Amino acid sequence: MTRAVGYAADPRIRFAEWLPWLAAVAGFFLLPEYLPLGARILTYVLFALSLDLILGYAGIITLGHSAFFGLGAYVAGILAAKLGVTDPLLLLLAAACAAGALGIATGAVILRTHGLTQLMLTLAIAAVCLEIAHKATSITGGADGLSGITIAPIFGAFKFDLYGRTAYLWCLALLFAGWWVTRKMIYSPFGATLCGIRENSVRMHAIGVPVYRRLLTAYTISAMLAGLAGALLAETNQFVGLNVLGFEPSGELMVMLILGGVGRLYGAFVGPLVYLIAQDFLAKQFPEYWYFGIGLMLVVVVLFARGGILGIADRIVARARKYV
Amino acid sequence: MEVFLSSLVSVAFHGIAYGMILYVISVGLSVTMGLMGFVNLAHGAFAMAGGYVLTSAISRFGLSFPLALALAFIAVAAASVLLERWLYSRLYDAGELEQVLFTIGLIFMAVAAAQVTFGMLQRPVLLPDYLKGQISVLGRDFPAYRVFLIAVSSAMIAALWFGVERTLWGAMVRAAVDNRAMAQSIGINTRRLFTLTFALGSGLAGLGGALGAEIIAIQPTYPFEHLAYFLIVVAVGGLGSLRGPFAAALLIGVSDTACKYWLPQFGAFFIYVATIFLLLWRPAGLFGRRV
Repeated sequence: MTRAVGYAADPRIRFAEWLPWLAAVAGFFLLPEYLPLGARILTYVLFALSLDLILGYAGIITLGHSAFFGLGAYVAGILAAKLGVTDPLLLLLAAACAAGALGIATGAVILRTHGLTQLMLTLAIAAVCLEIAHKATSITGGADGLSGITIAPIFGAFKFDLYGRTAYLWCLALLFAGWWVTRKMIYSPFGATLCGIRENSVRMHAIGVPVYRRLLTAYTISAMLAGLAGALLAETNQFVGLNVLGFEPSGELMVMLILGGVGRLYGAFVGPLVYLIAQDFLAKQFPEYWYFGIGLMLVVVVLFARGGILGIADRIVARARKYV
Repeated sequence: MEVFLSSLVSVAFHGIAYGMILYVISVGLSVTMGLMGFVNLAHGAFAMAGGYVLTSAISRFGLSFPLALALAFIAVAAASVLLERWLYSRLYDAGELEQVLFTIGLIFMAVAAAQVTFGMLQRPVLLPDYLKGQISVLGRDFPAYRVFLIAVSSAMIAALWFGVERTLWGAMVRAAVDNRAMAQSIGINTRRLFTLTFALGSGLAGLGGALGAEIIAIQPTYPFEHLAYFLIVVAVGGLGSLRGPFAAALLIGVSDTACKYWLPQFGAFFIYVATIFLLLWRPAGLFGRRV
């Protein structure tokens, strides 16, 4: 990689980095009928961002990231549906704390292992979470899903309306906060050590970086962000189903991130956007071909276009510059 | 007491049958991971393909059961040679992430292809008459098909172990698992060895999927649903070994059957928890070498 990334790059926010936010605000005014889809995209962007932090930057391969997303969704859902906690901010906080606790507990274990064992452990942890959600029907609703979630107005003033306007802006605000934190982290010395660990963890050990502690910190923060995204999903949908947990949603999220470009901040923005819009248009009409298509896309991206959409864009820009 | 004893025997019997199938399916995965260092998450797709070959060969083309089994092995092995040559071999030197993503992509494609071709419902297995009914051993009745399944799997496993431990091909495989560069430099054609071993492992997965179609139902989501079990067998057993996964598969087969029989309300919960603790205790698996 020749591009200056992370700590070595200029940490000031460039003009182009404001464009996604402008587009999101413009979308709010221009496409009112697509706001529910928009809220879903924003939620998944936050979720993908959390995966990008550990997969793209720290190089931890996980097949079970949905455990945190699902835990966040279920914590928020159960608190709201069964215990009468309806303040949206409080729910997000509780979900992030729960996911963070699971992150630090499981991270402390899996980050000591490597390779297949690590893959297997992440998968097993997600499977345990799915199994619990499936079998503890009295709390989680089991296979029927958790319904009856009521959410109070945000700060007591903004009610979640039928058209998804509040939900959209709420997701946008939280994504902005998540992006801000993640971006700060990536452009910090901490982010630089994460990239170093991804490239060569032995050398990072040798120059005195506490590798395990850095990875654990990143893993926990990522788990909290994923939990936040899960809680957002529960709040905006007012329903939590089993499909937020297990191997398939983890795989799907990976597909989104890879499609956008892994290991780059905005890959997590482009991937879910393209994926979810394509899904909205194609998946209902051709469900089987849709699955075949994303599988094929994944294979093609891995074999021929490892940087995803943004990687291709980079190459086109680089080639164009050569001729100008 | 008598009731408990008979349920104990029944659980052990069904557990062993299930474990055998798990082993026949997963052993190829253990060898490909040990030999080529390739994380092939799509291994379950080969098992599913074997199951579909068996059921279609019997119901559409009227093949006899043993012939259909052989066909499942041959067809899946042949298809895997093409896949290995065209696709897998490009990624031998790639990172773990690329391999994981690539094989997840293959799973998605296999699931979709199975849905389009065979529909969402699970495929029934038409057993021949001589495999239906019960066989009575020591005053107890055992389903004939499970007895057949255990016998065939045992024969396959014996042949495989003999092949790996007593033949020249096996010696080459073991040499390449231990030290690929060294094996290459003394003139072993590791490229061809990889292809052959991959085909054998995938063929066995196809055979296992076909044999076990009655236990592990053949349906499009098969590669997703059972992936965790195949990986557990390999991770708990230890990479690149033959005996480790065997012990692990029997252990998982019996304990999973026991859990589902006595504690159905917990489902597979205990298996996953036990796997987590086992891997914490021995990260390289029960019989794996420390890395």
